[in-house]
Amino acid sequence: MLRVLARRSWRGLQQRQKSMAFCSAAAVLPDGINRSSDAFARNSAAVQDLISQLHSHIHKVLDGGGPEAVRRNRSRNKLLPRERIDRIIDPGSSFLELSQLAGYNLYEEPLPSGGIITGIGPVHGRLCMFVANDPTVKGGTYYPITVKKHLRAQEVAAECKLPCIYLVDSGGANLPRQAEVFPDRDNFGRIFYNQAKMSAEGIPQIALVLGSCTAGGAYIPAMADESIMVKGNGTIFLAGPPLVKAATGEEVSAEDLGGASMHCKISGVSDHFAEDELHGLAIGRNVIKNLYMAGKGAVSSTSFSSNYEEPLYDVKDLRSIAPSDQKQPFDIRSVIAHIVDGSEFDEFKKLYGTTLVTGFARIHGQPVGIIGNNGILFTESALKGSHFIELCAQRNIPLIFLQNITGFMVGSKSEATGIAKAGAKMVMAVSCAKVPKITLIVGGSFGAGNYGMCGRAYSPNFLFLWPTAKISVMGGIQAAGVLAQIERSNKKRQGIEWTKEEEEKFKSRVVEAYEIEGSPYYSTARLWDDGIIDPADTRKVLGLCLSASMKHVPEETKYGVFRM
Amino acid sequence: MALMASIIRRNISQKPPFWNLNPRIWPSRLIFSSPEGRGEKSAVAIEKILVANRGEIACRIMRTAKRLGIRTVAVYSDADRDALHVKSADEAVRIGPPPARASYLNASAIVEAALRTSAQAVHPGYGFLSESADFAQLCEAEGLTFIGPPASAIRDMGDKSASKRIMGAAGVPLVPGYHGNEQDIDFLKLEAEKIGYPILIKPTHGGGGKGMRIVQGPDEFVESLLGAQREATASFGINTILIEKYITKPRHIEVQVFGDKHGNVIHLNERDCSVQRRHQKIIEEAPAPNVTNEFRFRLGEAAVSAAKAVGYHNAGTVEFIMDTLSGKFYFMEMNTRLQVEHPVTEMVVGQDLVEWQIHVANGEPLPLTQEQVLLNGHAFEARIYAENVSRGFLPATGTLHHYRPVPVSPSVRVETGVEEGDAVSMHYDPMIAKLVVWGENRNAALVKLKNCLLKFQVAGLPTNISFLQSLANHWAFEKGLVETHFIEHFKNDLFIDTADEVAAEAYAAAKLGASLVAACICEKEHVTSKETLLDGNRLLSLWYIQPPFRMHHSAKRKMELEWDRELNGSCQELLKIVITYQSDGSYFIEIEDGDSPGWEVKVKHVGNHDFRVDADQLHSYVTLTLYCKDTSKHIHIWHGKHHHHYRQNVRHEQSTDDGSQHQPSRQVASHPKGSVVAPMAGLVVKVLIENGALVEEGQPILVLEAMKMEHVVKSPRAGYVDGLQVAAGQQVFDTTVLFSVKDK
Repeated sequence: MLRVLARRSWRGLQQRQKSMAFCSAAAVLPDGINRSSDAFARNSAAVQDLISQLHSHIHKVLDGGGPEAVRRNRSRNKLLPRERIDRIIDPGSSFLELSQLAGYNLYEEPLPSGGIITGIGPVHGRLCMFVANDPTVKGGTYYPITVKKHLRAQEVAAECKLPCIYLVDSGGANLPRQAEVFPDRDNFGRIFYNQAKMSAEGIPQIALVLGSCTAGGAYIPAMADESIMVKGNGTIFLAGPPLVKAATGEEVSAEDLGGASMHCKISGVSDHFAEDELHGLAIGRNVIKNLYMAGKGAVSSTSFSSNYEEPLYDVKDLRSIAPSDQKQPFDIRSVIAHIVDGSEFDEFKKLYGTTLVTGFARIHGQPVGIIGNNGILFTESALKGSHFIELCAQRNIPLIFLQNITGFMVGSKSEATGIAKAGAKMVMAVSCAKVPKITLIVGGSFGAGNYGMCGRAYSPNFLFLWPTAKISVMGGIQAAGVLAQIERSNKKRQGIEWTKEEEEKFKSRVVEAYEIEGSPYYSTARLWDDGIIDPADTRKVLGLCLSASMKHVPEETKYGVFRM
Repeated sequence: MALMASIIRRNISQKPPFWNLNPRIWPSRLIFSSPEGRGEKSAVAIEKILVANRGEIACRIMRTAKRLGIRTVAVYSDADRDALHVKSADEAVRIGPPPARASYLNASAIVEAALRTSAQAVHPGYGFLSESADFAQLCEAEGLTFIGPPASAIRDMGDKSASKRIMGAAGVPLVPGYHGNEQDIDFLKLEAEKIGYPILIKPTHGGGGKGMRIVQGPDEFVESLLGAQREATASFGINTILIEKYITKPRHIEVQVFGDKHGNVIHLNERDCSVQRRHQKIIEEAPAPNVTNEFRFRLGEAAVSAAKAVGYHNAGTVEFIMDTLSGKFYFMEMNTRLQVEHPVTEMVVGQDLVEWQIHVANGEPLPLTQEQVLLNGHAFEARIYAENVSRGFLPATGTLHHYRPVPVSPSVRVETGVEEGDAVSMHYDPMIAKLVVWGENRNAALVKLKNCLLKFQVAGLPTNISFLQSLANHWAFEKGLVETHFIEHFKNDLFIDTADEVAAEAYAAAKLGASLVAACICEKEHVTSKETLLDGNRLLSLWYIQPPFRMHHSAKRKMELEWDRELNGSCQELLKIVITYQSDGSYFIEIEDGDSPGWEVKVKHVGNHDFRVDADQLHSYVTLTLYCKDTSKHIHIWHGKHHHHYRQNVRHEQSTDDGSQHQPSRQVASHPKGSVVAPMAGLVVKVLIENGALVEEGQPILVLEAMKMEHVVKSPRAGYVDGLQVAAGQQVFDTTVLFSVKDK
């Protein structure tokens, strides 16, 4: 009863919390916001700025390759890649797009979204991974980051066992950059390797050829389990008409050389003939409908609850509480309070190793284990983290890491307590736990803290940033201090005088570089993450990620040797 | 008007005004007070009736029979196996294949059905065998009570020429004309000139306007005469015709009469049925507006005299033509049956005429004397037809994909013989329903009529509902200035106006309608996907949240709807709609035509086809229905005072699993230039031109018949007729290409 009242008003809330103290029910977190403080107002304004900045970057990339390229695309009766996806996913359903800002400021020329759109959406109730070339961006050619984004989508699909739907419209590898695109292990060739391996695992690979599919690109439909080609626009050939003429002197039109009709009727390179793009997308939907159980693991129906409560606090408030200044103290519980069902969080080892917050909660009814930073990691915190990860792995509960970490504690006392082996235990546990893992970097992500808290190198199923995130091996100022010290001793050895001004200038250069390289844009442009999200979307994004990740058959976790 | 209404009301408040709420209790003494009756077999009252008809009238007769505890037998053709009238009866007997001639006009099969099911009486309804003296005689000969007039009266009144002679002798006023047996063309032409053009040609047998022709001058006479004879033969088997003076500004006023077998004849006041198209009534009312009580009295007297002159009993209608210029009325004909429009009389006199028919057939005397007959309030009947209004009211066929008549009440009746999902076939009359409303006075009744027409929902085939709305809302109709040429006179007001401002207004309404459609579809999809798509992983429902999630932007959606401007497919406009899902769950809807500001629409699905929408701060309920036909998805919406019809191309959604087939895009609507498509489904009765012949623009090429109406297909332009392959007797559909005309 009180619970219902509490949900209705903010005032009722206090009443409820008082009453909860006498109840044995799950612990309800307070909102954790001091709305009247100046610090709150300053922080709120700062985060708002960061979000507006983010939105303006995003809106630029949503326009694809610019008005002229879009016009040309439309004149060929082709939709833009996001529109194509909108038409193939279930009408009115959600689409979780990944790495929208890939390629941001990465090359001299802009490469909106890295020239490829990837993400997850449902088709006939079946979650699929979409990989859609953007022909308005450099003709849909593969830059190094394009390849990386394509491979990342495949990695997510392989991990979550999602059918892959390739909406192909690409000129193939970007020739001027062939050295970074073609030869290495995680380059272009890996796309087909992944297709083969996933197909072998029973994860469906479907290609819709909606535009050109030249040279290496031709293997995408050719490697697919099923493919669809659109009359007129879709072409598949190893070499286009100009190259054919140069090589053999044969003169042939693109349509005759590798059009839908030829490939569906004669060569058998494609399976389904589509009259036009919309028809092709409709066939695509049908093909996915007929996948039936392929690639679908048995669904673990743990203690999932379909009747869940929303958090007690407006998720939009996260826009005000995201930590814009690393130096200000910040309780990660205020984030948890805004994203978990009913704001209920059952803490584990609350009184021990208090700089790491661990506990159980539910998100959209799905039980999760949450690990969040509340300061520097000490030996105890790291031991507590390892313990908690083991618990979740044992119980097949997905893990959510909320990173805001400056690193592990340094100093003689710490070293003496064996912080190195405590950290190692946590890294061992994170690396080996076979449960879905989702990492969200809300603030700092520095040094080995990034590792222990399931950074990119630890292959979480998904990793997202808030616009307030900062990622580097250590803080800029600390790095500047260390580097200045080294520089000074070098100069001293060479007998060079180093003035105070020179040293300050040196330090500020280092700080500046760290500032740039630690920015979330620097990270997301290089695909060190799966995207920067609006804090207000956190609960939804985590829910969608969990939904996509939970397709797993539970796997048994085996650890390596823990240093005791 | 109001003054008039109060004058004509008599004996008010003695009887309850609503026949169906307060069914009149027949005094039991009457049942036993008929010693002479019809001889030996009338000793027992009718306990089981075979209804020799179909559609609404069969259902309507059975309803009364059931109320009286009388069992019912339906007859049906193969086309009506699952029809409502069959389901409504206690028993049903198949009587033949779909064509009426082989089923509902098959007298011996019907009589056999009655004998087989031990029915004691046959009710013929209207149309079909209702005015066949032979059938009435056959029934009586087989010991079945024919619920209708004596065969002799049917015969007397069925022959238009004979009836006029009898009426003339009885002192009933007649229109000048020739009603003789001489059928020689030249003779008749001379007679026509004697009467003076314009004249009217009509078959001596039958009714309903079938075979009637107006002739403006001598040059049209021969063609019209031959056409009239041909239709008469097809419909009634007898081709004799009569000619009369054509009254330029007439009203059609008819009087309901009733007689018993004891020589009593009374009238139940008049009905005005002036508003007609193709010589068929579409809106009738009782009493007639703008007539004096004195006129009404004289009209009633004349009608009773007419009935008495032929020894009439049971229900009948004496039709008069009133010359609005002179105020005179003339006898036209007597319909020896229960009329289609009898409910308007029932509403104002508070009686059930089918009940009267049964009691009179039982030999009982009339329950009321002339003085006891009430006239209370005013009633309208609007006939809802499947027809193409813009194609000259041509009958239409199709499936009632959505059929939701208005709810009935003591003052609103819906007489129908169809249900949702039924087909209106080419074999029978295309009437879907009769909407009957009653009000304290004409204005009150008209308000109800308009409201009911707004809410009467039919989708799947073209109907005349919006046309009926135009009629009911016309100023002259509101004033009661009805006359037979009403539709012709006001055609500029009644038909879709192409004037810029009207067209712009209609376009704006259609855009709003399309916006609401888009919003309702999105909402419905959201509701159904949540309900149906959830498998074991219920987290999946997160993917169907409203609004759908997009990273850093709002989900948008495009929809293309073709607005069917006239609800019959002749004129279309493509509306490109962009829907933006907004964070509060509403939809922002824009139409890509450059000058639409867009609407913010909130929708709540309240069940089945109904939605509550909030567009532009205006809350209202709308109804949406979808069905697939041909290669399109058809969407109808009823919102405010509008009913809009849109199509959506669903070729893509219907693509099959094997997918590899070529699907040449079908071009249903666009035939090569100069080709002529059958305007309706029907039978080719005559081909007038040979293939390859040179024709002028407007020259008749062939004659089609559907629902017993002839339609001449003319050449759209001058040239050579090409590809004419149909022959007389061949069935064609409304998309069949009949021929094309090539350049000279």
